[in-house]
Amino acid sequence: MTKTTEDRSELEVKPRRVFLKLLTALLGAIATAAIAIPGFGYLAAAVARRKEQPWISLGPVSAFPPGETRLKVIKPSDNPLAQPWDGITAQTGVYVRYLGRDESYQDQFNVFAINCTHLGCPVEWFPQSGLFMCPCHGGVYYENGDRASGPPPRGLYLCVWKVKQDANATEPHLFIQAPFLPTLQHTLTDKG
Amino acid sequence: MIKAVYRWFDTRLGIGDTWMPMLRHPVPRELAGPLGWWYVFGSASMTLLLVQILTGIGLALTYVPSAGQAYESLLYLNYQQPWGWFLRSLHYWSGSAMVVMVLLHMTQVFWHAAYKYPRELTWCIGVGLLLCTLGMAFTGQVLRWDPDAYWGVGVGAAMAGRVPAAGPTIVDLLLGGPIIGADTLSRFFALHVFVIPGILLTLLAVHLWLVIKQGVSVPPQPGKIVDLLKYDAEYHEELRRGEPFLGEAMLKDVAVSALVVIVVVTIAALAGPKGPSAPPDPTLSGANPRPDWPFLWLFGLLSLSPPAAETAVILIMPIVLVLGLLAVPFISNRGERAPTRRPMAILLMIVIYAVLGVLSYMGQTSPWSPRMLAWSGDAVPVNLIKKMDESLSPVELQGAVVFQNKQCRNCHALEGIGGTRGPDLTTVGTRLTRDLLIDQVSNGTPGGGNMPAYGKQMSPTEMTALVDFLVSLRPAGTPAAITPSDRGTKNKGRLPNDASATTGPSAAK
Repeated sequence: MTKTTEDRSELEVKPRRVFLKLLTALLGAIATAAIAIPGFGYLAAAVARRKEQPWISLGPVSAFPPGETRLKVIKPSDNPLAQPWDGITAQTGVYVRYLGRDESYQDQFNVFAINCTHLGCPVEWFPQSGLFMCPCHGGVYYENGDRASGPPPRGLYLCVWKVKQDANATEPHLFIQAPFLPTLQHTLTDKG
Repeated sequence: MIKAVYRWFDTRLGIGDTWMPMLRHPVPRELAGPLGWWYVFGSASMTLLLVQILTGIGLALTYVPSAGQAYESLLYLNYQQPWGWFLRSLHYWSGSAMVVMVLLHMTQVFWHAAYKYPRELTWCIGVGLLLCTLGMAFTGQVLRWDPDAYWGVGVGAAMAGRVPAAGPTIVDLLLGGPIIGADTLSRFFALHVFVIPGILLTLLAVHLWLVIKQGVSVPPQPGKIVDLLKYDAEYHEELRRGEPFLGEAMLKDVAVSALVVIVVVTIAALAGPKGPSAPPDPTLSGANPRPDWPFLWLFGLLSLSPPAAETAVILIMPIVLVLGLLAVPFISNRGERAPTRRPMAILLMIVIYAVLGVLSYMGQTSPWSPRMLAWSGDAVPVNLIKKMDESLSPVELQGAVVFQNKQCRNCHALEGIGGTRGPDLTTVGTRLTRDLLIDQVSNGTPGGGNMPAYGKQMSPTEMTALVDFLVSLRPAGTPAAITPSDRGTKNKGRLPNDASATTGPSAAK
């Protein structure tokens, strides 16, 4: 007894139609991928941009009196992480504290990001009490960046710094790696 | 002639056989009566959405979504472009009203349990519309490119950055680069103008289709329960006695929508546009970022949640909240609909609103935030220095200066003026002894709680002066605090310069 037409699968009856259906599905998949892959690449460019972390000069070491904390403003034109059309938002501030020289006569600094480690608000330095205070949820830090009180889970984010002779200057300058927006799992230093 | 033109379009568009039946879809008869006033919030939300689309398009004609010029273009809108201020104002106030109206609509649907069978999916789509509305509120706040917007993104990034492993990548995708800047603003502009409205309008189309397909729920009556087996037949019977939507029922929608628009326009004209407060300069000191009102409850929650639970609150709570809302019709999709027969559901609703209300109030007043200018701006009240006819000693006066200078006022009020993070210290001398004060000031709250340790932040002489001043802070004639063990042995164990402690300043004279 032979199978009726209805019993037989489409592949047996119309192999060409099945092939063309599969081919259409394949074409659709290729078309989708042809749009999706560049699209994802385009979006992922934002992640790639962070790999650059060039050094920028904060000026001569002599500009930072020992034991004082200063807000150093990095002008938009000096910020290598900025786009030319970033405007005033390209301006970055870091708190610089010159600790003096250690035993081996090397200049020592603390360079703090302005962002509170709780939720990123800008901390303000109060030289009279030697504290940083955050206006959002009341996080407070000591002058060495350690957490003093309030909700922050850790001390202030530290920038990577070095002291180097500037190419066209006679005195040593303080350099930092241009600070991106630090978050708890992506701090400005490898160590955190 | 007009009839012929209508017929030409009708043949091609199907106005008569597709669109009119939809508009005339029958609704329960009660909607034509006073109970119909319950059903107006959804259409009012849609009217406000229309206002948002129109004002939004208007603003987009002038607004420059560039980090370098957005702020200037907002000032131009506010002060130079004719009616620009009004369009900005209306967009803000109508957007705020839309959040209110969407919440009212949702509350009404929950109150009347209209989400039960067969309208579960209508509710779920509605949850999506609520999220879109809140998404528009947040991205819209970012486009108002001022410090609140800038730091609002910063807080969002800090929250997203806590996601295990993927956090930093999410932050980069959110900001579009290593810093908050042009890429960030462009992203939020695209979200606010293309992405979220696209999702919102799509969801709205499905939401409206479901309203027509499943019909509008009958006003609930106690004892009249939703029975999955009988509901369809009962509802069908109800609609046979129903009224067409186009008519009496729709009039209430139109009336309320018109009223809402008039109220919103009036508020917009009187209150004016919100911000921008200052240029989005990240180094501007004195920034005091606050979110717009729909997010104040979150701002409050982030301060009040214990640090150990904070990451969970940030990452898990939103998911739980959304899943909870989505689960509502699946937890109970049958049975009683009348609020009087659903006490637990109504209680839950009241509790949720109470919690949101309290958190928003806390967020608005933010008692935990230091008053950054109190130390230099709010003088020590004169009557704390000159009590009756008794003045403080020179050392105590010096302590008052230390108290101001060390920013104590940022967290501690005197006579109610100053920060409220720590207790008001107007009468601290009656509560804490000299030893306790020295311990508190030097070591702060143990374990890094609310108060920093000032031990290394001031010299011994400053500490002595400060504590002398604090001991003097008590009403005239009130004795200083003593430790229980000192009771009865009045003058023993006291420091010499605390002689006034047992008698009080006025009595001493």
